[in-house]
Amino acid sequence: MGMQQVAEFVSSQTVRVRTDIPPGHVRTPYYLRGKTGVIERTLGPFPNPEDLAYGVPAQPLQLLRVRFAMQEVWGHAAERPNDTIEAEIYAHWLETVT
Amino acid sequence: MPHDHHDHLSPSGHPYRPDNDTVLTYWQQMEIAIRELLIEKQIVTAAQIAGQIADMDARSPADGAAVVARAWTDPAFLERLRADGSAATREMGFDIGPMKLIAVENTETLHNVVVCTLCSCYPRNLLGLPPDWYKSRAYRSRTVREPRSVLAEFGVTLPDTVEVRVHDSTADMRYVVIPARPAGTEGLDEAALANLVTRDSMIGTGLARSLRP
Repeated sequence: MGMQQVAEFVSSQTVRVRTDIPPGHVRTPYYLRGKTGVIERTLGPFPNPEDLAYGVPAQPLQLLRVRFAMQEVWGHAAERPNDTIEAEIYAHWLETVT
Repeated sequence: MPHDHHDHLSPSGHPYRPDNDTVLTYWQQMEIAIRELLIEKQIVTAAQIAGQIADMDARSPADGAAVVARAWTDPAFLERLRADGSAATREMGFDIGPMKLIAVENTETLHNVVVCTLCSCYPRNLLGLPPDWYKSRAYRSRTVREPRSVLAEFGVTLPDTVEVRVHDSTADMRYVVIPARPAGTEGLDEAALANLVTRDSMIGTGLARSLRP
């Protein structure tokens, strides 16, 4: 909650989803936490849904469409390792992978 | 045959749905209270609410099918649809409200399928209300983990040469799949093509219909 410094991301950048498990309304799927993917496109800014859910002032945030390989998400359980999954993740949930 | 041991079955042989005699839940009461307050305070009218319900009920997969058929036949429109799904859809005259739409295209090497694991996000403002199974726990949890098995259960078996791409609509965008145009449809006009576009083909759990021989 509250305003925070959030990195700006660009398309094709490699990113990792934070592994946090915060309380409250969160729109980052649990199965993608800690997973690494590539930004497919940048969207937004949109107000942070974690603030909107509680009726408090919502910080405008960049929204990123991130593409993950199934192998990265499910490991050996993936049906076909190179199939992909894309999800929209807010910027404050992403960290740069170098 | 009243009052015998079959009286819990309708003439069709199916059980009657139980009467809805339970008290309202907390949230049902809350919805009614807020709706009545909005009307009482003249923020919206009852007619406006009824109008919105009617507008939503009038939306159907036929609207999306028209968009797909246009994309199949008009390369310039397809470009605009790729660039801004919402603007291209509005340009055809569809009132999609504030919906932010992304169109994803199936090709010979890519098959897209849409799911919302967190709730039931669906491009309602274009396709109307989602099918019940779209909101089921099974569809939502399995589609991200074993999409090929889920697709096979819908009758779509894809070769290994085709990448499956799952779109989890987790936030502000909504997704519509542009299915691949069936072979042998070169001579068809837009209206005839739209008849080949099913609801499921725009979710990705189906393909566009083939031409009947």
